[in-house]
Amino acid sequence: MSLLSVSNLRAEVAGKAILNGLNLEVQPGEVHAIMGPNGSGKSTLANVLAGRPGYEVIDGDIRLDGSDIGELEPHERAHAGVFLAFQYPVEIPGVSNMEFLKASADSLAHARGEDQPNAAAFIKQVRELAASLDLNPEFLKRGVNEGFSGGEKKRNEILQLLLLNPRLAVLDETDSGLDIDALQVVAEGVNTYRGEENGVVLITHYQRLLDYIVPDYVHVLSEGRIVQSGDKNLALKLEEKGYAWVT
Amino acid sequence: MSRTVDDLVESNAEYEAGFVTDIESETLPPGLDESVVRFISEKKGEPEWLTEWRLQAYRQWCEMSSPEWAHVHFPPVDFQAISYYSAPKSNADGPQSLEEVDPELLRTYEKLGIPLHEQEALAGVVKPSANVAVDAVFDSVSIATTFKDKLAEAGVVFCPISEAVHSHPELVQKYIGSVVPQRDNFYAALNSAVFSDGSFVYVPPGVRCPMELSTYFRINERNTGQFERTLIIADEGAQVSYLEGCTAPMRDENQLHAAVVELVALGDADIKYSTVQNWYPGDENGKGGIYNFVTKRGLCAGDRAKISWTQVETGSAITWKYPSVVLRGNDSVGEFYSVALTGNLQQADTGTKMIHMGKNSRSTIISKGISTGRSQNSYRGLVRMSPTADGARNFTQCDSLLIGGSCGAHTFPYIENSNPRAIVEHEATTSKVSEEQLFACQQRGIDPEKAVSMIVNGFCKEVFKELPMEFAVEAGKLLEVSLEGAVG
Repeated sequence: MSLLSVSNLRAEVAGKAILNGLNLEVQPGEVHAIMGPNGSGKSTLANVLAGRPGYEVIDGDIRLDGSDIGELEPHERAHAGVFLAFQYPVEIPGVSNMEFLKASADSLAHARGEDQPNAAAFIKQVRELAASLDLNPEFLKRGVNEGFSGGEKKRNEILQLLLLNPRLAVLDETDSGLDIDALQVVAEGVNTYRGEENGVVLITHYQRLLDYIVPDYVHVLSEGRIVQSGDKNLALKLEEKGYAWVT
Repeated sequence: MSRTVDDLVESNAEYEAGFVTDIESETLPPGLDESVVRFISEKKGEPEWLTEWRLQAYRQWCEMSSPEWAHVHFPPVDFQAISYYSAPKSNADGPQSLEEVDPELLRTYEKLGIPLHEQEALAGVVKPSANVAVDAVFDSVSIATTFKDKLAEAGVVFCPISEAVHSHPELVQKYIGSVVPQRDNFYAALNSAVFSDGSFVYVPPGVRCPMELSTYFRINERNTGQFERTLIIADEGAQVSYLEGCTAPMRDENQLHAAVVELVALGDADIKYSTVQNWYPGDENGKGGIYNFVTKRGLCAGDRAKISWTQVETGSAITWKYPSVVLRGNDSVGEFYSVALTGNLQQADTGTKMIHMGKNSRSTIISKGISTGRSQNSYRGLVRMSPTADGARNFTQCDSLLIGGSCGAHTFPYIENSNPRAIVEHEATTSKVSEEQLFACQQRGIDPEKAVSMIVNGFCKEVFKELPMEFAVEAGKLLEVSLEGAVG
């Protein structure tokens, strides 16, 4: 059974059709890169998968491990195992990172019928993850993304990915706005997360990220449809010839 | 599929303190004239001077009209339809000990989570307020004051003001009306005429009060007003922290609450006054609820005196209150930390006044207004720098948070600076709990209710950290309960 199965997905934003019959199958252990020019529907796909308000599904199915999640609320999809690393992580002033992470981990544990993680062990785990991502431990006391640089915000997303260890990670242009050092740290995080049990949908505009996170498949999105699929070499070809070559 | 912030704001939660206690009470028929004022005074066996003081206030009140300038709207109050005295009947002769208190009443306080039984605390029962002395005011009468002995050992007087009139007449006579004069405003004049009970605190020179002092107010009877009067005096170098909590049952009619609180801090004294207020706010159509028209003012009478107001307000149909500090002493300090949350059709016009007279006096104002539903939330604040206030400083920060698209937030800052050597700073922000923030939380598995409560708590953090430890948790919980109303 596919980990993620998207069939004939049609979606609108503000009455405008963005996805026009998109199909995608992700098996456990696979990394799928979604590339495409601006306006092709990449970010819409990410947001539709996570159930963001304002992204209207008109037709088609979204299945995670065989069950239809298309009607679930965003937090219920998170409980089912969908994780979205945001392109523009939002600031939540006054809510400390640690508090936010704990609330998130507790909610997910509760939804799975598990005990809440032990506070001391949890804090230790978060600190270790922060260190591995070159995040100053002081940042855990600060408000969520409050006053963070672009790079810190993205690394914070990866910290959450590693901490929550979801079934499916959707990374929405996580590489945008990162310098090469930050890019490497982020890529290393994703590679650490990557495993036999989970799947990654990696949305990116540039081939550069794929040097560090090597995908199993590359898909090219154009006008809300996948117009070409291939292996990592497809990305290199795109880099060389530009999107005009496929679209 | 997904709920938006607006959808979440639609529904309404239950008011958890909205039960009615079935006890016999002695209630004066509605209406107000001089005979009512005399009746109240007589009922309490007050000395002649106080009866006269009340009558003087009543006559002044008759000449005054209710203030119109606040950003609130309500039909005129019929002051002749209100009963000005209600006392639980079984206590008509005054309870001598807890054993004599109506068990029904004790159950009421238990429901509210107020530990009236000293025994519990002494037996080591772990309760958040185990080290808090409580005075409970039920409708018009003070029911029980706990920990009296322990406080007496330290020389602290903490008792109903009706009792202080007899036990410490010289202090009451000296200070009552010294901070809020009878004619200060319409509601203060009314209170001065008919005030029924309230708390009295005196902390002698150099004494640090050994525990938090606390009063719980509850309006129970239909058609009664509550007019409590609180007077707190911290003598030279004394320190005291005081908390009041308020609830009322759910009634379809509006009920009036017009309290006066006076604080006097002499030289080097420190008074911290915290309020957690969740009077019944009315239902989702704006029916019923408390009119909370309260005058609270502190006087930093001596040098280096400090008065700090912290308030967490989630209740009342209409709030009209401006806890203020008159900074007369040199180097005196005034603080105002406020969280005011309004939902449904609640209206709040609240803020503070900092009147700087002393040299190098300093004040800080941090106000957090949260509006949900169709409510209107206004901050109104005055900072006045008198010609004598050389080197005085004020810092004001006013933040408003809107949840949903049908509510309003307003800021009315008044700055009067007549001293070129005084500095006034004002910062203000307005923000919304955005769809993005809500979605970001939900995406990490946090349900929308918990998410909104977390975001709002974060917004209020600067104020919550000013509350005494025991009550910071309570305030957070109260906010959560009130927000359940906001987010369904």
